[in-house]
Amino acid sequence: MIKKIIAQSYLWLLLLMLYAPILIIAIFSFTEAKVLGNWTGFSTNLYTSLFSGGVRHSLIAAIENTFTIALLAATVSTALGSIAAIGIFNMRGRKRQTITFLNNIPMLNPDIITGISLFLLFVSLGITQGYTTVVLAHIAFCTPYVVLSVMPRLRQMNPNIYEAALDLGATPFQALRKVIIPEIRPGMISGFILSFTLSIDDFAVTIFTIGNEGLETLSTYIYADARKGGLTPELRPLSTIIFATVLLLLLIINIRAKRNSKKLINKQTE
Amino acid sequence: MSNNNSIIKIEHLSKSFGDKVVLNDINLEIKRGEFITFLGPSGCGKTTLLRLLAGFLRADEGTITMDGKDISDMPPHLRPLNTVFQRYALFPHLDVYDNIAFGLKLNKVPSDEIEKRVRKALKMVSMTDYEDRDVNSLSGGQQQRVAIARAIVNRPKVLLLDEPLAALDLKMRKDMQMELKEMHKTLGITFIYVTHDQEEALTLSDTIVVMSEGNIQQIGTPTDIYNEPTNSFVADFIGESNILNGMMIKDCEVSFIGHTFECVDKGFGEHTEVDVVVRPEDIYIIAQTDNAKFTGKVTSCIFKGVHYEMFVETDNGYELMIQDYNPFEVGSTVGMFIKPSDIHVMRKERTCNTFDGTMLSPTSVEMLGAEFECRDCGLQAGDKVRVRIDFDKVDLLDDQEDGTLTGEVHFILYKGDHYHLTIKTDAGDDIYVDTNDIWDKCDLVGIAIAPDNMRITKRI
Repeated sequence: MIKKIIAQSYLWLLLLMLYAPILIIAIFSFTEAKVLGNWTGFSTNLYTSLFSGGVRHSLIAAIENTFTIALLAATVSTALGSIAAIGIFNMRGRKRQTITFLNNIPMLNPDIITGISLFLLFVSLGITQGYTTVVLAHIAFCTPYVVLSVMPRLRQMNPNIYEAALDLGATPFQALRKVIIPEIRPGMISGFILSFTLSIDDFAVTIFTIGNEGLETLSTYIYADARKGGLTPELRPLSTIIFATVLLLLLIINIRAKRNSKKLINKQTE
Repeated sequence: MSNNNSIIKIEHLSKSFGDKVVLNDINLEIKRGEFITFLGPSGCGKTTLLRLLAGFLRADEGTITMDGKDISDMPPHLRPLNTVFQRYALFPHLDVYDNIAFGLKLNKVPSDEIEKRVRKALKMVSMTDYEDRDVNSLSGGQQQRVAIARAIVNRPKVLLLDEPLAALDLKMRKDMQMELKEMHKTLGITFIYVTHDQEEALTLSDTIVVMSEGNIQQIGTPTDIYNEPTNSFVADFIGESNILNGMMIKDCEVSFIGHTFECVDKGFGEHTEVDVVVRPEDIYIIAQTDNAKFTGKVTSCIFKGVHYEMFVETDNGYELMIQDYNPFEVGSTVGMFIKPSDIHVMRKERTCNTFDGTMLSPTSVEMLGAEFECRDCGLQAGDKVRVRIDFDKVDLLDDQEDGTLTGEVHFILYKGDHYHLTIKTDAGDDIYVDTNDIWDKCDLVGIAIAPDNMRITKRI
């Protein structure tokens, strides 16, 4: 009995420590105090001023940049990653193992290393850093994740269905469009959502590729803001909203994954 | 040159995957409208041959001609044939109707005609009213029916079927066999069927092509293949059989299991070593021993449903498999005889091992990629020689290290009183061995040959 209580409380303590920072921010986003930690009564004023333009124009621009970059990077890396996954899937034996291994390295590589190396690459190629380089950098680190989420769908697929489509008169491209893509679509959607959240979240790679033309994303904006001393109070509701959005996206991914595996189990037990 | 009666002509077709030769110079003509089956154990190349026909693979050498047109390099979507896959390969994201209509839609068939043809195809496979069903909700048998409908709705000239019934249970398989045969009659198109199930092949086919290790062993009607197998592989693979060493004494007279029998085979010459095949249902077994041709003791008797399967050890030590409607008690003495027409004589593919080699010194020879000691027969180093070794003079050793060569047991044939093994050496050569020891397929063995057992002659 006591053992059980200890085990339970350990778990809750761990979860509490994990979520305490974000919970505190979320709680204090509903008060007006300038300094974090002072509670001056419940208010949604910070949320209103966040959206009514009470904050500096640059924050709004940063939010816009963050989301357009995420959308672009996620779209392109989903396309690239899916094509790459199909290519890798059709390789045989050692070659496939090697490429899969090479695909995994960038995911394990520390972001800071990815950031610095991309920075050096752009500099040595003489590319002016700015919006384009950030998008390119984000595509570079998102693509492996798309490959990773599309691969299992390909493995589950009956390998004969591509041939069946060809056999019924489809050109290779038609077979890809009408048979392969519908089969791997759930993996592509998961990959897209994952890329989108990774891109919004990223700081290390972004800071090295954003240049000094005054372009800001949310993460770099917050960093700069914090270094100036004291966080803009509106960042509290903003963080809360972003956290809620990411949480929602993750929930969608997990529910989709669960539903897919259930479907698969049903299929197998039939 | 083009024969109107044939629809597909395969000439000198070869295919390798890496070092492994999967198809070796296949020549075959397929008649219009026939039900032809490629039959063989797994790895014999039958599926590869089908995939070459469908266009999923390209041959290394040789041509495939269909209706007088070379289609060897034609991509699969342009070939006028359709395939039914072993694991159905239905499109999971489409319902039954859209699965069947897939090919028609690609060919821009008007939608009212698509509907008519899909319904007709569904009726053909007895799946009317299943149009809107999700294919994942169907049973294996139903999925296979949809897969067949999806293929025949395009009115192909040739239908390829890759072990379509392998995943179904026995009862279902039997029903589907009958339906396939019926369908073949109604459609009147050529069916090319691949299976490893010899019973299925015998039931369904007009023509059977027996394959083994990338080669065609025999082409013939089911009765030909069963009654007149050309070699011991076919005899062993198709149905149960007793395969025995024999000696053709003269036309219509053959001796085996220590007795001389009258038979109907001619033209083998006199005193020629042959293989004799007797089907287990063709040996008559009786309780009296007086009038019998030969006698023996029953060693086992198992009920098989329709008949009893018995093993009988004859008085001179040969074991025979016999099938009869009546059981005989284990241990009882029985008499047996065989009708002349039930004895099938086959020419032996070989009577001893023959290898080419080179003398390394007067007492050692290099062959099969290894060095063997041999007796001095006055030959010099560098002489090209031919070495002959009798089947029973090759020694197989448990411990691979003890042998001059190592190999793997590749094929086992029981010959009544001994086993005839095919050993594949690591270098890929075949060595044939007669032994009384029991080995299993894929056993790794050491191979040794005593110097006295090699007969060496100079090659000219």
